[in-house]
Amino acid sequence: MSLLSTLARLEAVRSGRAEPLATVRHRHLSDRPMVVVPLTAAGEAGAPLAAMLGTDRAAPRLHVVPQPLDRDQRFAFLAALAADLLPYLEGYGEEVEQVEGTERDPETGERTPVVRELCAQAPQLIVPSAAGVDQLGLIGRSTRFRRTADDADAGPHPVPTRVPLLGRWLTHLRERSEVPGSSLLVAMTALLSRHWATGQSHLEDQHLGALLAWISPPPGMSGAEAARRAESARDERGQLYCPPAGPATDPRFDEKLLAPAVARYDAARAALRARPGGDERAERHVRRAAEEIRELLAGVLRPTWDQVWHGVDLLRTLPPAAHLPERWESDRWSYTGHRDRLAAGEPPQPRHDDAVTAARKLAQREREQAKVELQEALDDPLAMAEHRLSGEAFAGTVVDVEPAYDTSGRSPKPRPLVTVRTADRPHADPGREVHRAGGPAAQKAEIVAVDPDDGTLTLRLTSGMGRRKEPEPGSVPQPGEQVVFTLFELTVRQAAPLPAPEDTPWTHGGPPSAAALAPAAAAAGSDPITDPEDWE
Amino acid sequence: MNVSHPGHLPHGPAEPPAQRLARLRGPVPQRSLDARALAALAANPGCRRRALLDAAGVDKAALADRLGSPAPFGQSPFAIVRGNVFESRVKADGYAELLLLLQQRLGLPEPGAAELAVPDLLPRAGTAVRTERTRQVLADAAAHRGRWTLLDHPMLCLEVAGSPAFLEPDAVVVRPDGRWTVVEIKSFPVLDGSADPAKVGAAARQAAVYVLALQQTAAELAGVKPDPDPYAAPEGLAAAPDTAVLLVCPRDFSNRPTAAVVDVRRELSVTRRQLQRMTGIEQLLEALPEGVGFDLSTDDDGSPVRSTGQLGESVAAVPAAYSPDCLSTCELGFHCRQEARCAGAVEQLGRAVRGELGSLRTVGDALAAAAGAGTDPADEAAARLARAAALRAEALGRRPSAPGSGEAPGV
Amino acid sequence: MDPVDPTASPAAAAQRVTAEILDAVLHGTERGVVVDSPPGAGKSTLVVRAARELVAAGERLMIVAQTNSQVDDLVDRLAETAPELSIGRLHSSDGRPAPEALRHAGVTASSKVGDLVEQQVVVSTAAKWQWVKDVDPWRHAIVDEAYQMRSDALLAVARLFERALFVGDPGQLDPFTVVGTDQWAGLSWDPSRSAVTALLDHNPGIRPHNLPVSWRLPYSAAGLVSRAFYPFTPFRSGTGEGDRRLTIGTRGDGGPVDAVIDEAAESGWGLLELPARHTVRTDPEAVQAVAQTVRRVLDRGLAAVSERGTAPVTADRIAVGTAHRDQAAAVRSALTALGVPVEAERGPAVTVDTANRLQGREYDLTVVLHPLSGRPDATAFHLETGRLCVLASRHRHACIVVARAGIAELLDEHPSTEPVQLGVSVKFPDGWEANHAVLARLAEHRVSHRP
Ligand code: SF4
Repeated sequence: MSLLSTLARLEAVRSGRAEPLATVRHRHLSDRPMVVVPLTAAGEAGAPLAAMLGTDRAAPRLHVVPQPLDRDQRFAFLAALAADLLPYLEGYGEEVEQVEGTERDPETGERTPVVRELCAQAPQLIVPSAAGVDQLGLIGRSTRFRRTADDADAGPHPVPTRVPLLGRWLTHLRERSEVPGSSLLVAMTALLSRHWATGQSHLEDQHLGALLAWISPPPGMSGAEAARRAESARDERGQLYCPPAGPATDPRFDEKLLAPAVARYDAARAALRARPGGDERAERHVRRAAEEIRELLAGVLRPTWDQVWHGVDLLRTLPPAAHLPERWESDRWSYTGHRDRLAAGEPPQPRHDDAVTAARKLAQREREQAKVELQEALDDPLAMAEHRLSGEAFAGTVVDVEPAYDTSGRSPKPRPLVTVRTADRPHADPGREVHRAGGPAAQKAEIVAVDPDDGTLTLRLTSGMGRRKEPEPGSVPQPGEQVVFTLFELTVRQAAPLPAPEDTPWTHGGPPSAAALAPAAAAAGSDPITDPEDWE
Repeated sequence: MNVSHPGHLPHGPAEPPAQRLARLRGPVPQRSLDARALAALAANPGCRRRALLDAAGVDKAALADRLGSPAPFGQSPFAIVRGNVFESRVKADGYAELLLLLQQRLGLPEPGAAELAVPDLLPRAGTAVRTERTRQVLADAAAHRGRWTLLDHPMLCLEVAGSPAFLEPDAVVVRPDGRWTVVEIKSFPVLDGSADPAKVGAAARQAAVYVLALQQTAAELAGVKPDPDPYAAPEGLAAAPDTAVLLVCPRDFSNRPTAAVVDVRRELSVTRRQLQRMTGIEQLLEALPEGVGFDLSTDDDGSPVRSTGQLGESVAAVPAAYSPDCLSTCELGFHCRQEARCAGAVEQLGRAVRGELGSLRTVGDALAAAAGAGTDPADEAAARLARAAALRAEALGRRPSAPGSGEAPGV
Repeated sequence: MDPVDPTASPAAAAQRVTAEILDAVLHGTERGVVVDSPPGAGKSTLVVRAARELVAAGERLMIVAQTNSQVDDLVDRLAETAPELSIGRLHSSDGRPAPEALRHAGVTASSKVGDLVEQQVVVSTAAKWQWVKDVDPWRHAIVDEAYQMRSDALLAVARLFERALFVGDPGQLDPFTVVGTDQWAGLSWDPSRSAVTALLDHNPGIRPHNLPVSWRLPYSAAGLVSRAFYPFTPFRSGTGEGDRRLTIGTRGDGGPVDAVIDEAAESGWGLLELPARHTVRTDPEAVQAVAQTVRRVLDRGLAAVSERGTAPVTADRIAVGTAHRDQAAAVRSALTALGVPVEAERGPAVTVDTANRLQGREYDLTVVLHPLSGRPDATAFHLETGRLCVLASRHRHACIVVARAGIAELLDEHPSTEPVQLGVSVKFPDGWEANHAVLARLAEHRVSHRP
């Protein structure tokens, strides 16, 4: 945690409510986000219990597995989830814009212009917390390899047709969420804690209810009180007022309410099975027992659902950061790419990345991380303040400008000397290159002199002034003007090229084979695709 | 009921620690330290409060209840059922799957059914008898090289701060090559070859406690002293316990077992260190004021022997080292958080913040420094905070010394 | 693991291992040869030797190092010891190689590999090699500081060579990344691991060689560093007890700073201990103590007596090591205020840098600001064994550590609840053990200082 955000937390302790950590919104927020609140059965990896989802806060849709250990019910749940989510996910694939670019001809190496399709918009899934992101990833992993009745070799337990497709989308979104600054799948806790500092720790901020309690405490309560209530207050039945945001449910809820309800449901089904001819009363019992479970789960999901939408409202009060459209465009490319891979009939994402793909993803994430940090600093004075405090940037007022020229070349070039007064203490030694932030164009300068007693720095501008002897009008800051310079570059370097996966070198085991990509399965002598995944 | 209250009895410096600890606990059953509790010692070794309560065998969850800040821990009945079902599945068919995994993962010759011994460990006997029986079986197995011996829920004993802690691993296997391997069965899944690192870490620390107990047993059987050097390579029987354990978990989304070998050398040295610290409990006891006690029992009429107020004072008399990690690792987490908040301790915001605040220990001091009221101009932390506050105010367009957002809580 | 044969002379032991390595490079069946080199065990000498022998055998080769300064050092050294070689220094288009590298007749520099393919040896950074294309692969490569190289970098450059010698120090800092890599943990090709671990996992036939003798570390340091940081691959010093000495020109002034200098000159170690106190990273008192120590070392005219003869300990033979960059910056300005030169461009200067940047460097005397000094709590970063190992193993004569009291307690109170990834081999020794081993030794050479 940086000192500035620690300070904000300290302030929040004093004021009793969360304090701003940003002056703008640093993450894209869709006009029509899809909120998804998933629940799982305790102790069962990837055994879904319920999900509440939808784009309309007034009309959440609920899908439930009354008996999480029942395979057919789980498949029915996944089919319903697919039917519900896929239209939203696929719906952004139609409207496209044409983007011109260039492509290098692999034979000749020449660049040729190409026009590519880019989806005009993309979906955005919002889950309550980081655990929800993982949970969607798990559902993706558990479904994308399943065989359906349409497959030639359907195996013993085919799933409904669209389920593997859902798995591939969720897998893609989960992968994308690892990219810093991406917004296709986001956790509300992460969004909120990027923009507000609470008077509690990071760990406690993982609790969506507690986090919101600090950001907008109910009237008459301090953030700390409200957070404590959200964490632990229970009603007369011993149930939490603010149930956990999932995917796990509160153990006391499982024990006191859910387990008995599931037992009643099982009993009702057993009774029904005992009457082979069918029996209206027994059927009614089963339905009622299932309905009871549904209501219980709706009851613990609804508070979280409302909290996520409350979070959306809070985020919408912040003005969007200037670089959001650029970053959202990367998300749109990611979405378009996945759409195209599906259309091209490519197989589902493998269980493990091969060496080259892993390296490529790592490089992408590192680049995006650097980019987000840069862009946030440029978009938000509070983010830039972090760099100023750490001596990596300085801001101040121009007090003097002295024209000067570099006459070493054929024609003289402008190299004006600019003196800036600043209270910042950058780690700037003479000779160091600095970069102007927020200027009319990219501009570099070199530090000529530092006078800490006077609080001034003198710089020689070295670029961004046009090609003539005199600088372009407006390209040199004038006395009285506010300027910001950074010691770090304001562009992110390109990642180095990697070999194609089929050219993986001997140092990394040579080209991947199917077996190498599934080491665990190979060792256990089983096939991840046809192996029955029994939950009983 | 003849209850002896601490403070009512004279006690001299000669009182043995175990007795003093028992007196602190009062006449309630001792919460014996199991492997999980021992492993949890590493979560906050700087906390004397926890060390003392654990050493005295006080039921911290019950104490937290009494103090009005119940621990938020609990296990879902679904998870418990699932865990039991999985363990019995692993041990089904005469341990066939387990042995197969052992053999595959440890690269051992295939186990033939005939060579497997599964001795009766007297599961219904008392702990002392079971411990002795386990010892015998291990000694026996050592004498029979070349066969498998599987100890299902053996009982091991480790001395902690003067009192024995009894430990019950899921299984210990004596391999044909004479080595002993701890088997830890967990119900979290191994998905595509990897598992939740926090859970594996916890399992590894727990398994390390078993390995430590086995090392002691082996050393005793071999008639040598256990070597505290972490890089020691003992010989003979004393070297039998393997420092790699077999972690058995459900594979992917199924209920079928898979296994991974986990090297617990690092956790082993951590545990060894923590247990050594526990022996320093005497100093803690000496520093205790009179009248401190954690007796959670009730009198005949059902009224508590110690009032909530008295318990609270006793707890407060033992220094704590709260950090937000406590919330997930210690039953007293909510209580100690409240205490830290009341005291305005900066630790309430996380361990890491202390590193930035240097000698500023309270929220009030830190904010005063940020407002430029630093007491010591040479204090680097105060100067940096003041600078940070100025930058923050500038970026937010506030007047530099405006307190907070200017809004009262709840407005 | 090659056992250290205590009867053989250090030179003979090192000679034998070197011969084995060169034989494996020239005639071995494996495509890769890995050499684990503890601090100062003659890694650079080995690289130069291997390059010369390969060229003598009629081969051309490429060398991969990790940073530009490593490349420049290596080029300088190669050209110095083997003037007969034609060496290409491949650099990036916006980088200028150091003058030391370019002063030799045999060295050609270019940013285009096409200009250099005729050279017998071409040296560059991994980052630059990744961009090289349209060349025929070299038959041989040497990868220097290979444990600092990340697996993904090796993946990108391995297409440029057929066989390679990997040399590095496994005890130093691991490569790292700031983004999430959990999904690859446990995979042999996890791109964020070190290049050597990836190589060894994929080529189980490769058995690393161990250089058995540290020529840099004095007798007083080799034993401790070996036991604390390389418990499973021990090494020893090339010089014996008392072979290296520091003489001091003037008597001490009776103060603690002079006393710790005397102690370090005498024993090879010194601990200047400030009173326990929680401070921020740039603890002004500790920074001042570091700066004063350096100032007094220069003032008192130390001379290093060793197998190389006697030479004054000038500013350029001294380094200050810290954990963080802001600490280095604070020490630099404190030194400047005391008139100690810290800018190498203007003549001999004291090097002040973080552990990361001191890797692979060597000085007569080092002054170290202990990574845990004054900290209210330890973190994984501060406990990383590699960091302490680098800081405690840069010196040929003596190392003076400046720290606040209380580090042992801090270590004891550090929570040890590290997550464990399946399939990832644990880094052993752990920071706690290593830190305590070093502290225990330092405690024998403690001088209290109350500024
Ligand atoms: S919760 Fe309290 S008693 Fe428990 S470890 Fe933390 S500080 Fe110690």
